[in-house]
Amino acid sequence: MKNGNRRRNAAVFLICAAVILLAVTASGILLEEAAVETDFAEKNLPPSNRALFGTDWMGRDMFARTLAGLSLSIRIGVLTAVVSGIAALLLGIAAATLGRKVDAVISWCIDLVMGIPHILLVMLVSIACGRGFAGVVAGVALSHWPSLARVIRGEVIQLRQAPYILTADKLGVSRLKIVRRHMLPHIMPQFLIGMVLLFPHAILHEAGVTFLGFGLSSEQPAIGVILSESMGYLTTGKWWLALFPGAALVLVVLLFSVAGEYIRRLADPASAHE
Amino acid sequence: MRHRLEFTGKKLFRMGVLLLGVSLVTFLLMCASPLDPLQTNVGQTALGSMSPEQVEKLEAYWGVGIPPAQRYIGWLWDVCHGDFGTSLLYRQPVLEVVGERLANSAGLMFFAWVISGVLGLALGVAAGAFRGRWQDRLIRGYCLVITSTPAFWLAILLLLIFSVWLGWLPIGLAVPAGTDASSVTLADRLAHAVLPALTLGITGVANIALHTREKMVDVMESDYVLFARARGESARSAVLRHGLRNVILPGITLQGASVSEIIGGSVLVEQVFSYPGLGQAAVTAGLGSDMPLLLGITVITAAIVFAGNLAADLVYGAVDPRIRKGAAGR
Repeated sequence: MKNGNRRRNAAVFLICAAVILLAVTASGILLEEAAVETDFAEKNLPPSNRALFGTDWMGRDMFARTLAGLSLSIRIGVLTAVVSGIAALLLGIAAATLGRKVDAVISWCIDLVMGIPHILLVMLVSIACGRGFAGVVAGVALSHWPSLARVIRGEVIQLRQAPYILTADKLGVSRLKIVRRHMLPHIMPQFLIGMVLLFPHAILHEAGVTFLGFGLSSEQPAIGVILSESMGYLTTGKWWLALFPGAALVLVVLLFSVAGEYIRRLADPASAHE
Repeated sequence: MRHRLEFTGKKLFRMGVLLLGVSLVTFLLMCASPLDPLQTNVGQTALGSMSPEQVEKLEAYWGVGIPPAQRYIGWLWDVCHGDFGTSLLYRQPVLEVVGERLANSAGLMFFAWVISGVLGLALGVAAGAFRGRWQDRLIRGYCLVITSTPAFWLAILLLLIFSVWLGWLPIGLAVPAGTDASSVTLADRLAHAVLPALTLGITGVANIALHTREKMVDVMESDYVLFARARGESARSAVLRHGLRNVILPGITLQGASVSEIIGGSVLVEQVFSYPGLGQAAVTAGLGSDMPLLLGITVITAAIVFAGNLAADLVYGAVDPRIRKGAAGR
């Protein structure tokens, strides 16, 4: 690794990460049936070769449940990160280009959303949408755009003074066209990195709010549901119910975080000299 | 001095308007909820066996059927008179519930806040100073793993290790179960608070350390550090005299902003340890559609968050001579 080309290493890592995440997502969808299948002859088994992650008090295979939960988390994470990323892009650009009044309103909204602790806001939105899948997606998507929107706003405000933007303006190019042709391409790398780095937060908050009971319903094998169910069995020594699903979630989130770092390295060649 | 007061006044006004916004948004979200408070708390079967008069009484108690605008204005009017309403689940004034819960949580949060601030700053400075070496890699690796770990899972792990496996610490609650309030000692309370506080502290450190490291790297590459080194100052002195001082400034802002994260984390962590704090009350209120309590908790939490940011702004102004002078010139 040490002597290799850093950009190539980054690309190789990114491809590996994408393959792993896709494999987890796909196998989770395939294992959804197995995740809810009960077998009372084989309940409370500690991890062994037969059941890799052990089984729970209903004889459900924890390996299948973990994979299904991860798959659900990844899908929700991708969906919410994309939705709030696009909201951040639109609002950030609007705040920076549509004049001071619009800027004041959007900045005020950003402060407002940032003022309520994330998990509380996700809870509230989830309640407003009647909990369940829609509640989680809406909650996480609505609470994660402000930080990225702020970054984009700052970036565009700086960009407004760039000579080529000023020139385009003086030449009479319409505002919309300036945004589309000149500003969007410039902030695209930053936007993509920011969006990838939203995944970890989105996944963690989804798991958290589900754990609290505001998210996905308890029939679904989500990681938050698995962990909150395991709480009742910890004191009797069934550590595997909590350890493996949580550790697997940490690994998936880590993959996303590191992937974000590598994308930054690829998108910003100057940082490769660090 | 006058411009400082003016600045504070402006910030306070903005804070007030934001709080009003928070309460309105929270209220609207709760009104939009399709969850019927009667269904969630009384249950379908119990409702079916009740007489229409009883159901009507319950509906009046939970405030079903009053138009939202009227309810919000009524609530706002009462709040202006210092009355946040009565919690429907606890049957106590909201302020009392929040005060009691906040007193339980405050210790946890304060401890976690201080630990994450001091340790985060120290680790961030160390990582920045040893940039690229094994110390930096170790600290960065730790931060990366911790930021990718859900706080509640970390809490479960600590619970498994220290309470179930080693048996050193109690499993949950704030005081030993089944004892008189008078016979609870301070040691009991501390033993129950150690794990939640530790969890919050561990998770809080990572974010602050990572941001501090970025700043520290910038500072160490600056001209003034280069000049200091060229003049013969040791690396140690350059870090302590030039690095640390310049990193403390953004550190203050970070510390003010971390209040929000710690409160958010405490919601999850208190749930794991069944610790009767503010976060647990919020979850109970949310699950039980206890509108006045959840509204009160959200508004008061937001006020604490805004106060944290305001305090950071004020301290920043007092500590940084550039801002002090800059404001005086205006």
